[in-house]
Amino acid sequence: MEQFSNSASPLRLITTDVAPAVELARTVEALLVVATQPLSREELAAAAQVDADLIGEALDILTDRYREDASGIVLELVAGGWAFRASSAASEACARLFEKPVEKGLSQAALETLAIVAYLGPITRPEIARIRGVNVDGVIAGLAERGLIAESGREGDYGAIRYRTTPLFERIFGLESLDSLPRVDDVGADVTEIRARLEAVAEKRPA
Amino acid sequence: MPVAVRELELDLDAFEGPFDLLLSLVLREELPLKEVDLAEIVIAFVEHLAGKGELDLDACGEFLVLISALLELKARAMFPEEEAELAELEPEEAAEELARRLAAYRRAKEAAGWLRGRLDERRDLFFRLGPAPGAPKPERRLAPQPPLKLAEALRRLAIEPPAPSTSHMALRFPPTSRFLDRWRSLLRRRTRLDFDQEVEGLSRVEVAVAFLALLELRKQNEIAIAQSAPFAPIRISRADAERSHLWSSSATPPARSA
Repeated sequence: MEQFSNSASPLRLITTDVAPAVELARTVEALLVVATQPLSREELAAAAQVDADLIGEALDILTDRYREDASGIVLELVAGGWAFRASSAASEACARLFEKPVEKGLSQAALETLAIVAYLGPITRPEIARIRGVNVDGVIAGLAERGLIAESGREGDYGAIRYRTTPLFERIFGLESLDSLPRVDDVGADVTEIRARLEAVAEKRPA
Repeated sequence: MPVAVRELELDLDAFEGPFDLLLSLVLREELPLKEVDLAEIVIAFVEHLAGKGELDLDACGEFLVLISALLELKARAMFPEEEAELAELEPEEAAEELARRLAAYRRAKEAAGWLRGRLDERRDLFFRLGPAPGAPKPERRLAPQPPLKLAEALRRLAIEPPAPSTSHMALRFPPTSRFLDRWRSLLRRRTRLDFDQEVEGLSRVEVAVAFLALLELRKQNEIAIAQSAPFAPIRISRADAERSHLWSSSATPPARSA
């Protein structure tokens, strides 16, 4: 689409008269490379001072350019926004240079607690403890320190502190939002099965 | 030299010895608290204070903490535990509740498994992480502060505040026995008394000790106490005239009032 016919500047072979979407894509690309957190469509629009609808077209151009197999940088929609990451082809090289401290060594107890907070949050410590059947104070403190969960108000005015998962949690686990958590299978059948097992144990017990 | 509260010598129906031994026996559940008369311990402590003639605030504080802990323990022991209510669930309901909890836990475990899988899938993905930089904030500037003004402000803070006066707390603890004698002699002459009238003009502490003595007399069944409503006048009367000679030191039983 280059316009060689522009006689006013005969020496310029590359024109600056690019389509507005391409121009906007450059701005969005620049914003994303500076950011350390995913940027939402609204945040990008506010920074670029354009309408949010226009950002979509720019993002289409960028997602096509920055995809696995095509680039070392991949653009993904995660934690409610857009962010760059390294392509998985470069993972070994990345691993030689960087650690992943947030998710490193997450215990089973931590993952169960995290799952409860993600599905049922905001939720208080006593409520989590009731589901897991053990004290969760230490686990909660650990998850908060990693930045995977955070305080989110109190139950009532002076009640227990509630916890929710953070945007970092969504990013680490690659979730667009908490709505993209899969539905945990309805365990209606399990309740009957558990009851049956409980009753079997009760019958064996000497009266 | 103040005597530590724990060394307070006690002579109770259920126990004789120092206070701290009583505490350790109670805590080891070797002495049922239900049988220990806590009011007697309070009386012993008050008399101990009265005997010393000076108010040892540290000892009073420690004593209050210990005796209130004992009172709470005793109160708990006297009422059925809350836990018992849960245990009273019908077996059917209890099984239902247990199954429900196990199912909830199983769901959490399943979700944790999914998260673990997600971590494995993303193990090879690296991205830049950092605190959100946030938009630039307008700089806040303080007006220039002369150093002398700062020093003046600090000097005011450095002055030690005046020691609080405790003069209003220099209390005298009259011995309970004095009021025991007083109530008894009053009742020897009259069959009915009004508490407020009798303690009129006494100090607050004296009123408290007088009341303690009254409770002691009631416990020993020497008197009856009646109060028609909270804060209504407290009426005191002899328990019964027949046994009144038990506390009359005079050989002749007091005459019944007509």
